[in-house]
Amino acid sequence: MSLFDLIHALNDDTLQSLAAFRGELVLCVTIVLLLLLRIVNLTSRIDSFYVMLAGSAAALYLAGPWHPLESRTELFTGLLVYDSFTVYFRTLLFFFAVLFAIFTRISGVPDRDAGPDVYSLVLGATLGMCLMASANHLLIVFLGVEMASVPSYALAGLLKGRRQSSEAALKYAIYGAGAAGVMLYGISLLAGVLGSVHLPTMAVRLADLLQSSNLEHGIGADTHMVLALGGLMVLVGVAFKLSAVPFHFWCPDVFEGASAEVNAFLSVASKAAALALLARVAIGFGYIPAPAAPQAEVAMFNVAEARTDTESAPVADAVAEDAAAQPSPHALDRAEQIKSLGPSRDFLARVLAFIAILTCTFGNLAAYGQTNIKRLLAYSTIAQAGYMIMPVPAAMVLAGSDPKAAGDAMAAMAFYAGVYLFMNLGAFAVVAFFRNILHSEEIADYAGLIRRCPIVVVCFSIILVSLIGLPPLAGFAGKLLIFSSLVQAKLWTLLVIAGLNTAISLYYYLRVVKIMTIDPEPEQRRPVNMAIIPGTYVVVVTLPLLILGLWWDQLALVAQSAAAHLF
Amino acid sequence: MESYVTLLSLIVFLPTAGALALAFFPREKTEAMKTFSLVVTGLVFLLTVIVALPRGGEWQFNTAISEMQKVFAIDWISSFNIQYFMGLDGISFPLVLLTSFVTMISMAASWPIQKHIKAYCILFLLLETGMLGVFLSLDFFLFYVFWEVMLLPMYFLIGVWGGPRREYAAIKFFLYTLLGSVFMLIAILMLYFASDLKELSDEQLIAASVVSAQLDSAEQLAKIADLRAQPNAVHTFNILALQQLGQHTDVFDSFDGKGQLFLGKSLQWWAFLLLLVGFVIKVPSVPLHTWLPDAHVEAPTPISMILAGVLLKMGGYGIIRICYPICPDAGYDLAYFVCALGVVSMVYGGFAALAQKDFKRLVAYSSVSHMGYVVLGIGVWSAVAGNEFNPDAWKMGMNGAMFQMLAHGISSAGMFFMVGVIYDRVHHRNIDQFGGLFAKMPIYSGLAIGIFFAGLGLPGLCGFIGEVLVTLSVWNFSHALAVVSASVVIITAAYILWTLQRVYLGPEYKGPHGDHLYPMTSRELAIAGPLLALAILFGVYPQLIFNYMTPSVDRTVDELATWTEDVKTPRINAAEQAGAVQPAPEVAQQ
Repeated sequence: MSLFDLIHALNDDTLQSLAAFRGELVLCVTIVLLLLLRIVNLTSRIDSFYVMLAGSAAALYLAGPWHPLESRTELFTGLLVYDSFTVYFRTLLFFFAVLFAIFTRISGVPDRDAGPDVYSLVLGATLGMCLMASANHLLIVFLGVEMASVPSYALAGLLKGRRQSSEAALKYAIYGAGAAGVMLYGISLLAGVLGSVHLPTMAVRLADLLQSSNLEHGIGADTHMVLALGGLMVLVGVAFKLSAVPFHFWCPDVFEGASAEVNAFLSVASKAAALALLARVAIGFGYIPAPAAPQAEVAMFNVAEARTDTESAPVADAVAEDAAAQPSPHALDRAEQIKSLGPSRDFLARVLAFIAILTCTFGNLAAYGQTNIKRLLAYSTIAQAGYMIMPVPAAMVLAGSDPKAAGDAMAAMAFYAGVYLFMNLGAFAVVAFFRNILHSEEIADYAGLIRRCPIVVVCFSIILVSLIGLPPLAGFAGKLLIFSSLVQAKLWTLLVIAGLNTAISLYYYLRVVKIMTIDPEPEQRRPVNMAIIPGTYVVVVTLPLLILGLWWDQLALVAQSAAAHLF
Repeated sequence: MESYVTLLSLIVFLPTAGALALAFFPREKTEAMKTFSLVVTGLVFLLTVIVALPRGGEWQFNTAISEMQKVFAIDWISSFNIQYFMGLDGISFPLVLLTSFVTMISMAASWPIQKHIKAYCILFLLLETGMLGVFLSLDFFLFYVFWEVMLLPMYFLIGVWGGPRREYAAIKFFLYTLLGSVFMLIAILMLYFASDLKELSDEQLIAASVVSAQLDSAEQLAKIADLRAQPNAVHTFNILALQQLGQHTDVFDSFDGKGQLFLGKSLQWWAFLLLLVGFVIKVPSVPLHTWLPDAHVEAPTPISMILAGVLLKMGGYGIIRICYPICPDAGYDLAYFVCALGVVSMVYGGFAALAQKDFKRLVAYSSVSHMGYVVLGIGVWSAVAGNEFNPDAWKMGMNGAMFQMLAHGISSAGMFFMVGVIYDRVHHRNIDQFGGLFAKMPIYSGLAIGIFFAGLGLPGLCGFIGEVLVTLSVWNFSHALAVVSASVVIITAAYILWTLQRVYLGPEYKGPHGDHLYPMTSRELAIAGPLLALAILFGVYPQLIFNYMTPSVDRTVDELATWTEDVKTPRINAAEQAGAVQPAPEVAQQ
């Protein structure tokens, strides 16, 4: 291949990749616009909110295609993977950005002055999250996590005057830096043993390694140790983003210190992206995806012409084929490779199941003693993360024997992430609106609010009950799908613990409902009233929980098709 | 089929529609809201009565049919094969009637409620939807949804309008039931993923309404062919299909279809146990009964009536409809355990009632005792008495259990109402401070004594029939349990007679608020009168109920008896032979 051919192919690949990357590009443009607004001092005339809204809406519009992709493709010479799963999570993130923009507008944080800064940080973090959701390369994994984290540290310190807020930001930053360092070290260990950081290539090499270790002239125990250590260290970085126990310590403090708006962003967008990343990493080390297809699907712009020259295969293909045809001493076909990755899947399933159990149980138990609603919801998000991790071990168990069921398990996670968007956005929106009228975030101050703002309290109750997971609300459908995946994987212990956790979580969620509805109003409270617009927003965010609770077929099918190419 | 959709959906969702309409009532029109709710519950009752009466036309319940009738199935969530699937048979229909009746009179008994009327009425009507939905659902998922939908309204009804310890009682009720339903959910999913409709024969598919019996045979065959053409196992939540699978195939016998067991027990053994725990919490049986005294005592009178009259029956219904027919093998093996559970509840509840000082708590414990008969009657697996196949005793027990559920629904609702009437006047329930009520309120006392006698099981009143049938049926199964259960009658008589003596008899009332003992109002009479009348009617002419339920109950038992004969007995014999053969080589080795 001559240099010209190489450049030609690279050019070709980049153009096509950019076409599939257009949602993220719109975000980049929006960020630049927001910063320009600041530089040329137009903020007094143009409200940055509109730029943010337009940018995220345009990104959402371009996030398609809205039909299931036929297969997975790799972008940017294999750095990113582009499949239905990417599209699903990207859509989720952009959709959240739109809802978030409207939410901040109504709640009034950030104010007009701070708008451009905050929105550019939010969009920057979202961009990082998109990379996390489509990572196909450990470098991108690291880059995505950092791109998502650094703006989040600044966002946590958004309320500049408050001590707690600065403390939260500092704590978050230090924790994040530590986790990132550990993860990077893990990546270097894995790269050292496997000789690549491109996930599918690593999986192939790992399969070869594990296969040869079964034979006589195999690898030693020390290599196993390095692999396990590297894997665990990478998981530390992911667990930090997921706020999974024991890497959750930042979560309650940050949530208490940061504003409810930032909490909504951290708990929904960040968590969804971290889940997608977890899925990518777990699948990356436990399964070998079907070879990447030529990029026909993404060619929305007319770059297909450039591909008429059949001799110049895209570089991505070259890489993938290169990976598949490794000059290994015992080249295996894909089925055998998947089979020989069994120990790796087993390891991941055990570790993740253990983390899920810890996270879920700890989050639920720690939530009992909370008096501050944001701390309570922080522990609730920890517990919810535990539920959402559970399908991944199930998928790891099923991947070897029943790829379709493994895909369904990942679909359960994707479904829950979709439902979770409405639940947590709604919950934090209510917290923010209550803060605006009550100037308090203590649960005790919510006493008897049903007498003052009945509709919002009913909506908040619906949201909390959906977080418990009772029918006929969407949270139940999500739990049902997750439990189904555990039943299919026959993970009985995990299933029973998840079930018991549902019962445990009842008490503290219901306590909030009880205080708002049953308890009498404090006598010295000033008359408070919820305005129409915040009330409407809460209703709009709550309604999907009812609708998806009764008719969750469509979303489940979408999630299933999103996960169809993972296995 | 459309007509059935209309009928059953109306019965279930009319209260929901009423609740939505109530949301638009102005807050101060409390009387109008109560009247409206009463009208809605009355309409639902009227609908169920129309179904019960002869000459109901297409909607009439046909007592000659033992299978499901008025069946319809509409696809709901197709990716999981979940259907909006309902129907009626002799087991569910009497309970539907009971529910609509008890709900109506409880609404009438709600007039003394003064706080937050609008919320009360809305929650009350939502509760009715949940209860009726449970009895009518034939899809396991739908069943579970209705089962859970009841919890939240009930939590608030106890927690907002209850007595001094209402919040504790409400959360305790919620936690217990949720724990049970989580186990149930696990069992449901286990059964769902083990099920495979392709294992069933064409006739069984039609009998289970997987393929509608109303289609002509060509369409049926086409649908069945479609089903069989599916490459993977076709899972189902259809309760009737799960019953067929449980009784005619071995899909529930192992965890992977190849004989894999978990801790030495089959999938259906575990599913049975999990389901049983879920249902037994609701019944409730000792030792999972401790939510009941708190919830019943703290709940306002009408809600106590519903709790005792309807909610407890769901546990029994679940065991009859789901546990035994779907997991017969486990049911057979655990028959003694289930019966013992029933007997322990009967004895424990009786003694606990004897020790109570609080009038309402006494009635609550009497419920634990009386519901023990239901569990006992259902559990009596005496299809095999010695070496003879004789399902008659079990039929008797199951019919007795069903009858006991209805009788207890009437009598316990009545007893709670009677306690409520006196509590409204004197604001205490301390039995020791009562006495001499007969002199002050003769009509009330007469009615109350009648209803308490019905609870006691006096011949000629409704409580007698169920108890006697259950007790008789047990003899064949186990002499010991029969003796114990028969002697519980003495305990029952002791606590009820002693209570009557302390509350109603005696020279004069010396407790607090004696001057408030005004006679019963006409509204109260209109509630207590029908309850006592029904208690007498069912006691004198039990055939009235048996006509509706016996065919379906007998069919359930017959199917299980056939299963015992065809499947279980050969299996036991084979195991015995294997057991008899196996020790021999060991002896030889020694």
